[in-house]
Amino acid sequence: MVDSVDVLSTLKLVYTIYALAAISLIAWYAYRITQEGEVKTARATVFWTYIVTLIIVGTGLHFLTFNLVPWVPMDLDRANIKAEKTFKIMYKDHVITVDKTPMMVPCDKYVIFDAYSEDLTYGFGIIRKDHTLVAQMQVVPNNRNDLMWIFHKNGTYDIRSTEYSGPKGAHMVIENAIVVSGCQADDIHSIK
Amino acid sequence: MSFINTLIDGNEGGLKHESMTPMQKIAMRFVVIGLLYYGLAAVEGMIMRMYQITPLPFIDETHFFSIMTVHPMVGIFGSSYMIVFGAFLFLTPFLMKKPIYSLKMANLSWITIGGGTFIMWLAGFVFSYAPLYTLYWPLPADTAQFAAIGGIVYIVGVVGIMIGTFLYTYNIFKTIVYTPKGWDKQPSGELLKSALGITGLLNFFRKKDTEHLVPLPIAAIARGTIDVGLNAVVISSAGILILIYLIGNGLFGMDLQGSLVDALLYKNIFWWGLDLVADGLVLVFVAGTWYLLAMMISGKDLYMQNIARAALFVEMVVSWTVWSHHLMSDQGQSNFLKVLSGEVVTAFELVTQGIAVFIVLTTLYKAKPIKVTNELKFLLGGILGFMLAVPAGIIQADLGMNRVLHNTQWIIGNHVHVAILIGLTMTLYSAIYVLFPILTNGVKLYSQKLANAHFWLHLIGGIGMGAFMGMAGIDGMLRRTIYYNGEYNTYMILAGLCGAMILLAFVLFLYNIIMSIGLKGLFGIYAPSKIDTHDCVVKAKD
Ligand code: HEM
Repeated sequence: MVDSVDVLSTLKLVYTIYALAAISLIAWYAYRITQEGEVKTARATVFWTYIVTLIIVGTGLHFLTFNLVPWVPMDLDRANIKAEKTFKIMYKDHVITVDKTPMMVPCDKYVIFDAYSEDLTYGFGIIRKDHTLVAQMQVVPNNRNDLMWIFHKNGTYDIRSTEYSGPKGAHMVIENAIVVSGCQADDIHSIK
Repeated sequence: MSFINTLIDGNEGGLKHESMTPMQKIAMRFVVIGLLYYGLAAVEGMIMRMYQITPLPFIDETHFFSIMTVHPMVGIFGSSYMIVFGAFLFLTPFLMKKPIYSLKMANLSWITIGGGTFIMWLAGFVFSYAPLYTLYWPLPADTAQFAAIGGIVYIVGVVGIMIGTFLYTYNIFKTIVYTPKGWDKQPSGELLKSALGITGLLNFFRKKDTEHLVPLPIAAIARGTIDVGLNAVVISSAGILILIYLIGNGLFGMDLQGSLVDALLYKNIFWWGLDLVADGLVLVFVAGTWYLLAMMISGKDLYMQNIARAALFVEMVVSWTVWSHHLMSDQGQSNFLKVLSGEVVTAFELVTQGIAVFIVLTTLYKAKPIKVTNELKFLLGGILGFMLAVPAGIIQADLGMNRVLHNTQWIIGNHVHVAILIGLTMTLYSAIYVLFPILTNGVKLYSQKLANAHFWLHLIGGIGMGAFMGMAGIDGMLRRTIYYNGEYNTYMILAGLCGAMILLAFVLFLYNIIMSIGLKGLFGIYAPSKIDTHDCVVKAKD
């Protein structure tokens, strides 16, 4: 099952290739326009093909992730999905409090991280031991902030406030706050 | 000529400020202050860059975040707004071939924006006020963390900036529609319709097209200025709200926390307003500036003028409806808004910006062979910047990607800094190089070698910094956070080196400009002009 490491490393590769292609295109164009030669103006069909391509790429990305990134359909359909467990997480005065650490998460089961802030806007991030991000949400005061997630690999994760809430916010970390067990595979990026 | 002589008198006699018109002087006043604030933003950026390699002993956490609070405000309002407003206050009467509506108002604009930025900056420097520019409720009014006086000074500064912004907006529209003294009555309504794109829109339904009364760049200026004005209304409202809480809560000890304001609704309104700047006026102004630059550099008419006009109108409407892409990771935000406004409408920014890129590149291509000039190089750099930053934005405006990219260095690196430093700033440098001889009555640039060094250092430094920040973000580095154990040091050192290149590029550019116009000319810009604008326009008309 695809996880955030797979999604992000694909992004790194694809975007790097795109960036190098864009830089090369502009460099080539800059060279070409300084050269003598016949000038052929782009035909209208070229323009409209280009526009349709942009529309397809811009909107197609969302269809692609809907089909390939597992948390997108889950996010959109979450009202109809029953969670196995809900973990309550409280935020107040720059302190994150959970009922019990670590939060023991069963493998391949939907769980909800239900965060509540009484004072400021914070963030809730699940972080691997190599510091990569599993997922995050905003924690808006006096509002609903509940993240549904499903883990397919064993691992131990930290949680951290991912939104700025004042200078003290940089210290809002609970190490080893989540432990996932019962899976066949391990998350090699997050084994304690 | 000795170094000291050139420094004082400028290159080959430098800038003769006595022969400058009031409009030339006003534009230069805006631009000079805008450039100085850009330098301040770059120095602040470098301080943060070094802090992210290792926390600096002489800056505590609170002050680090107060630098992060004022840095984008100085960059956006003190620098980008100033340079853009100065250029447009000059270009609007220039292209409309009539005097500006009010010189006094234009002067007051740079004074209030420049002064307001300074006051706002003091709130960070003196009082360490640090709610960041996003001002998520109730952080800006949190008197347990920040002294109320700091917040009040900050809001006073922002009010100054907004007053200047309103004056600019009014002056631009009045200049387009008013009838100067002694002139035949101008068709104000039709001019306004043409500037806003209503004429172009109605033309789609008419058998015979009505002529556009304003040139295309004026249409871009007018449409972007609508967003400027609307954004000023939103920021001013947020400012008043924060002020009420700071005074009530901070100074009079009234318990207002938790009352009335819903943090999510506030966030929606705030981002709606802010996107008028980020996705509205930046893209509209930039596209308009590209069109103008392409026509000036190529000496040709713009390719597909009508499409360009229509795209500007679409971009303005798009900018009113994309704000939800900032709330993709807010669970309380409805999925309908996330998908429609956050994903689908946002995707159209790729189309509108793509149209601008296509039109500009084709217009230039038609004029080949083109001589390589500073304005051409910087224009192509600016186009490249948006070719890199807009797709990065489209990627993060996706439900799947936002879950793992929101609030990481990807957002602020690949997207924000590449858009601002490469896309916007290089476009502005291109405009500065085009306007420089026009505004200075033909002063010669001191050194082309320095201009080349400026270009390459800025381009490589800007793309490099964005790339290394972006890679750190992909590897999980959050923005607005301090890492104490060197977790991302390799990326941060590389980003630091690139940041230093950008700063060095700016120092070389500033030195080149000062040596070109000379200190005498530079200070002379701020002395009153001896020429009457009306006389210049009459002469030009004759
Ligand atoms: C040499 C030039 C610059 C450097 C080295 C630089 C560096 C930085 C750094 C290190 C951050 C903090 C990133 C984080 O950890 O969250 C930052 C944030 C930011 N910068 Fe820059 N910057 C530069 C120029 C500019 C300019 C000219 C602008 C605007 C016109 C700008 C706009 C921003 C914005 C909007 C943020 C986000 C602040 C926040 O998260 O609240 N930067 N910059």
